[in-house]
Amino acid sequence: MAEAVTVENLSKRYQLGALQRDTQLREHLMHLLQAPFRRRLPKETIWALREVSFSVQEGEVVGIVGRNGAGKSTLLKVLSKITYPTSGKVRTRGRVASLLEVGTGFHEELTGRENIYLNGSILGMKKREVDVKLDAIVAFSGVERFIDTPIKRFSSGMRMRLGFAVAAHLEPDVLIVDEVLAVGDAAFQKKCISAMQDLRGGGRTVLFVSHNMAAVENLCTRGIWIANGQVRLDGPTHEVIEAYMASFNSAESTGSELTTVEGRRGSGEIRYTRVEFLSAKREPQNVTRSGKGVVVRLHYHADEPIERPCFGLRMHSDLGTLVTDCSTWLHGIDIPVVPPGDGYVDLEIDSINLLPGRYFLTIWVDSVMTKKIFEALENAIHLDIEEAPIYNSSRRIDNRFGLVYFPQRWNLEGISHAPRIEVSPAANG
Amino acid sequence: MRGSCHRAAEISAAPAAAHSREIPRGKHIVSEWLAEIWRSREILYFLTWRDVKVRYKQAVLGVAWAVLQPLFTMVIFSLTFGKLAKMPSDGIPYPLFSFSGLLLWTYLSVTLAQVGNSLINNSGLITKIYFPRVLLPAAAALQGLLDLLVGAVFLVALMIYYRQEVRIGWSALLAPLFVAQTAVLVMGAGMLLAALNVRYRDVKYTIPFLTQVGLFVSPVIYPISFFPPRYQAWLALNPMTGIIEGFRACLLGTPINWGLVGVSWGFTLLILVLGGVHFRSTERVFADIV
Repeated sequence: MAEAVTVENLSKRYQLGALQRDTQLREHLMHLLQAPFRRRLPKETIWALREVSFSVQEGEVVGIVGRNGAGKSTLLKVLSKITYPTSGKVRTRGRVASLLEVGTGFHEELTGRENIYLNGSILGMKKREVDVKLDAIVAFSGVERFIDTPIKRFSSGMRMRLGFAVAAHLEPDVLIVDEVLAVGDAAFQKKCISAMQDLRGGGRTVLFVSHNMAAVENLCTRGIWIANGQVRLDGPTHEVIEAYMASFNSAESTGSELTTVEGRRGSGEIRYTRVEFLSAKREPQNVTRSGKGVVVRLHYHADEPIERPCFGLRMHSDLGTLVTDCSTWLHGIDIPVVPPGDGYVDLEIDSINLLPGRYFLTIWVDSVMTKKIFEALENAIHLDIEEAPIYNSSRRIDNRFGLVYFPQRWNLEGISHAPRIEVSPAANG
Repeated sequence: MRGSCHRAAEISAAPAAAHSREIPRGKHIVSEWLAEIWRSREILYFLTWRDVKVRYKQAVLGVAWAVLQPLFTMVIFSLTFGKLAKMPSDGIPYPLFSFSGLLLWTYLSVTLAQVGNSLINNSGLITKIYFPRVLLPAAAALQGLLDLLVGAVFLVALMIYYRQEVRIGWSALLAPLFVAQTAVLVMGAGMLLAALNVRYRDVKYTIPFLTQVGLFVSPVIYPISFFPPRYQAWLALNPMTGIIEGFRACLLGTPINWGLVGVSWGFTLLILVLGGVHFRSTERVFADIV
């Protein structure tokens, strides 16, 4: 197999503050006038990438993971030739398409159709190719009716669809994708994921950056974990993700501050201030594993007495599927009044029967009587569920097998005259 | 490195694998750059097409604006400089004299501003996708030619109106050469300004000032013969002097001053090379600082 991408000792240094300073000629001249012979102070610099080396074989689908600011985006920018490395080499073979954004170059005044041509051409399609694929692109986008309308009248979702539709019809040898799946509604995300899966089947080389571990796990054959501008780990996807997640859990606090969250709705007489995930014994826990008990502690602050409130929590999957809705109202609980001040309510879950993945929590407080919403935080917090040997087997059970599982067993007594049936014992977890 | 790459390409049967690509490519030689631009010509076409479309969308008078601007300037110039100041015009009716100069000058002043701002106005593209950066100023320079073409139709009408007073001959076929030279000049100066503009936003404010002053040191209002010969040499340092004088001479049948035209081409090409070299040497950091 040939190497599609080769990266050798790649380093990229940025100058901090270069954006503000020096963009005014005046300041440049001032410096010269003030001290014409003094050597300019060396600027503060940061190494976004340091000595990164790896190579990708043709047909490999590589997921690049890492925290914000770890250098993932810089790496993709260097690979896409948008920015140049300070040192080191990159070699790519074949047609390279990079999707750092959906709908790059879209112009507000142009129609959907015109933007398909513009965007397609910027992404490296020939006009002939766009001519041929136009109908398919329009159909994929689902905005047929508006295709001759200027996209300034499009909703952001429609723009996204149109942009992804063009991208899905590129036929590059190497595809570089950054987080484009993180946007759009759930149904469209699914479409995008299946389009990506088709790419995988099509023998294309893909480099994929995402914070969606489930997507990386599903799509990629190999993972590269970038930390502090260096390759921390390079190997099979699940190993890399596990190691990466483990580092995340040890560092992140066990709760989420909510005081600075934006996008709250509701009248605000009562506000959630903090969410904690505790173990069944009410101890702070770093990791929430499938099947274990968890207590979700919702801290609040009320400015005035709140009469007959309902506390609620709703959980969605990372693709937006509603997993469950747990509210005090569903339990028939009637809280006469919540006095002003700070307090908390605990949602005790005996066994969290969710398969590993990231789940998003929407929490709210409304009035049982008037349905008035006091507080609503949509998808404000996430809960990462980690793997556990839920069926006591060594099988890896993740969200390829659904979102939830039931406590269960198989009874095989009905198979007559069977030889001894082997059960793989539980491995290390 | 390059050798191993080609070997790999031979093993693979995929036709697309023949293009191998290396980043950084080291020192580009001009031919490699031009080859890359040629491969990306469709992007240039679409960027130009976008600029043209966007300019005239939602403008009721549309392309008429291309004529109106130089037309009104011509009327005002004819009244003030032609009628009142009795400015000499080498025996050419003053409206025709000034409009022929204004046609090229309007293209230069309007387009130079667009070329100079082409990189900062497209920062969203520069930071998200790779393509030869020079296509942005090039598209801006090309889209302005449409306005010029529409204005040229009006110029021809004016020439027919004054046909008794000018001698129109075969030399008029040379006119596109001067139009092309103006575009080359805009591209050369524009590449320099656009690249500087990425780092120093002052350039944005400098361009209108430059073109305003430029109008008065170019033979738009007056013919170069208005000045004594020793000053004419100084005026020749401005490439627009040779361009406008040459354009007028070939269109309206007065003798072409080939020396002036030659000097003008010399400076135009010098500016093109300077602009190209500066653009090329700074384009690697555009995405980091734009």
